[in-house]
Amino acid sequence: METRNIETDILVIGGGTAGPIAAIKAKAKAPNLRVLLLDKANVKRCGAITEGMDSVNNAIIPGCATPEQYVREITIANDGIVNQHTIMAYATRSYGMIRELDEWGVRFEKDETGDYAVKKVHHLGSYVLPMPEGYNVKKVIFRQIKRLGVEISNRLTATRLLTAKDGRIAGAIALDSRSGDIVVIRARAVVLCTGAAGRLGLPASGYLFGTYENPTNAGDGYSMAYHAGAELSGLECFQINPLIKDYNGPACAYVTGPFGGYTVNARGERFIKSDYWSGQMMFEFWRELESGNGPVFLKLDHLAGETVQRIENVLHITERPSRGLFHQGRGTNYRKDLVEMYISEIGLCGGHSASGVWVDEHARTTVPGLYAAGDLCNVAHNYMLGAMVFGQIAGEDAVDYLEGLSLPDHDAEQVERERARILAPLQRQNGLQASKIEYKLRRLVNDYLQPPKVTRKMEIGLRRFAEIREDLQHVKAGNPHELMRAMEVFAILDCAELAALASLYRTESRWGLYHYRTDFPERDDARWNCFVEARKTSEGKPAFFTRPVPDYIVSIGDAEMNAYHELRCEAART
Amino acid sequence: MSLTRNDPDFAVSILVDHDKCIASKGCRTCIDVCPTDALKLDENGKVVMSYDECWYCLPCQQDCPTKAIRVEMPYLVR
Repeated sequence: METRNIETDILVIGGGTAGPIAAIKAKAKAPNLRVLLLDKANVKRCGAITEGMDSVNNAIIPGCATPEQYVREITIANDGIVNQHTIMAYATRSYGMIRELDEWGVRFEKDETGDYAVKKVHHLGSYVLPMPEGYNVKKVIFRQIKRLGVEISNRLTATRLLTAKDGRIAGAIALDSRSGDIVVIRARAVVLCTGAAGRLGLPASGYLFGTYENPTNAGDGYSMAYHAGAELSGLECFQINPLIKDYNGPACAYVTGPFGGYTVNARGERFIKSDYWSGQMMFEFWRELESGNGPVFLKLDHLAGETVQRIENVLHITERPSRGLFHQGRGTNYRKDLVEMYISEIGLCGGHSASGVWVDEHARTTVPGLYAAGDLCNVAHNYMLGAMVFGQIAGEDAVDYLEGLSLPDHDAEQVERERARILAPLQRQNGLQASKIEYKLRRLVNDYLQPPKVTRKMEIGLRRFAEIREDLQHVKAGNPHELMRAMEVFAILDCAELAALASLYRTESRWGLYHYRTDFPERDDARWNCFVEARKTSEGKPAFFTRPVPDYIVSIGDAEMNAYHELRCEAART
Repeated sequence: MSLTRNDPDFAVSILVDHDKCIASKGCRTCIDVCPTDALKLDENGKVVMSYDECWYCLPCQQDCPTKAIRVEMPYLVR
């Protein structure tokens, strides 16, 4: 178990969706720069789109949507709390990214005339572009990575970022989860693309890795950014998804909706008009369950056999192909049976919700030289295509940033402390299993943070989390793989604490179920029409504060603002 | 001994046909593509599921050049 030292120009942490594009674009812009792409797994197949993606949820295709419409839609969907500059930065580049992916070999659905076959799923506009053959996205991107000469280091779990004395980014420290080596990487710029905090709540199945997000996305980036002094945003705006119960994959109303499928309650009645994922939609889902009308189901049995076949050809091949296997095991046939859905456990995610590291429209965080992109950054509802666009923005901006900058020095002390922290569980004679601590922590997250949020419960939760932090002083790992898992639990705990504290800070309710507080059940725009931010203080504790919403560049009418709150269908009929 | 480290006496959810597995010839495809690093080589150079940490994502099954792997849903999920 040694310490390895690496130097590079641009370090990209996370090889899933945003990361590879950041690396590709940086290298394309400046071929002479060293660009190193790190992943906890293997860049060939990793991250949320390990098995591809069955649809682009937010394509802005000329003729179907405009950037202004999209900015308006997301502003409304996120109850007004967005930095429209970042949404617009995505919107204006969306079509360009689709064209480029198309040229690289990613297959998007096209109609008979060769136009992109855009569908309407959102409440107001049309941005959903199906990708029934989208299973090859990783392969296509990997070809570009190799073509451009991006360096890759697999099986490295980054645990802390390195900063220079003046606070700018200096690199990162990582654990090689196979050899147990500690890797110190000096870099002039870092792009953090570690995905969502997907192992925060405990799924209904109780299986630690039965998560909606790729379970390798354990919230490491949230923790790393926090400890590097970066500002985090919207940690109270949880990700809560309508998923197939136990399987924990999407029920996929986005895919089935355009074919005529929809969500119903136990009486077979529709209760929401739009299946676009939003806190408001989840709130209606929750109300339906609370009123005794549950469970909630995805209904496809009214569709023609050939239509169901076409749906299966997408859902059972792309993105989460084991869905078919799961249904087979349960004896579920879309033609005859309804698919039971449920309200997932919580996570933190910029891509599906709005929690993440604060970034501006250049993907810059508040730490100079540190960028964030993808589910990790706070650009609301950005999804896969937004992750790629922000990866591009970050990679290209990083090239400009480091011009003339020499490799920053870091604190050797910081490296020593982190080495000791990482290796401690291996060196203990005995102690607690990381998987047991993780199970308990995530169960506590369910008990005390799952909306509806109750002040008293969140306060108790914080006391329980503090006890888990004590327990982590005794975590034992038997090998480097288990050491990686132990380090992840530290990150999960950071996310849990910050999520609780952010939720307590915002004394109103907003975003439907994502931040529904029983003690403050109404929205209070007079006081809370702003972001809630978190940052680590010099005393090592989190401080919370507000950040104003930047002036809109696309105006929203007062009547429009409520569009996502009018989702419920009138008195039910089948 | 981790809760998720597999005990060879108990059923695992990723099944490898050792007659078809060519890891002993140097193939590392499934081991490479597993996001959770749940697959390892046993003493005979064949692939086994060593951690109960499966995301049931299927690249191992799909990318295996000899179709030696079959993924079942983990017991707690199915």
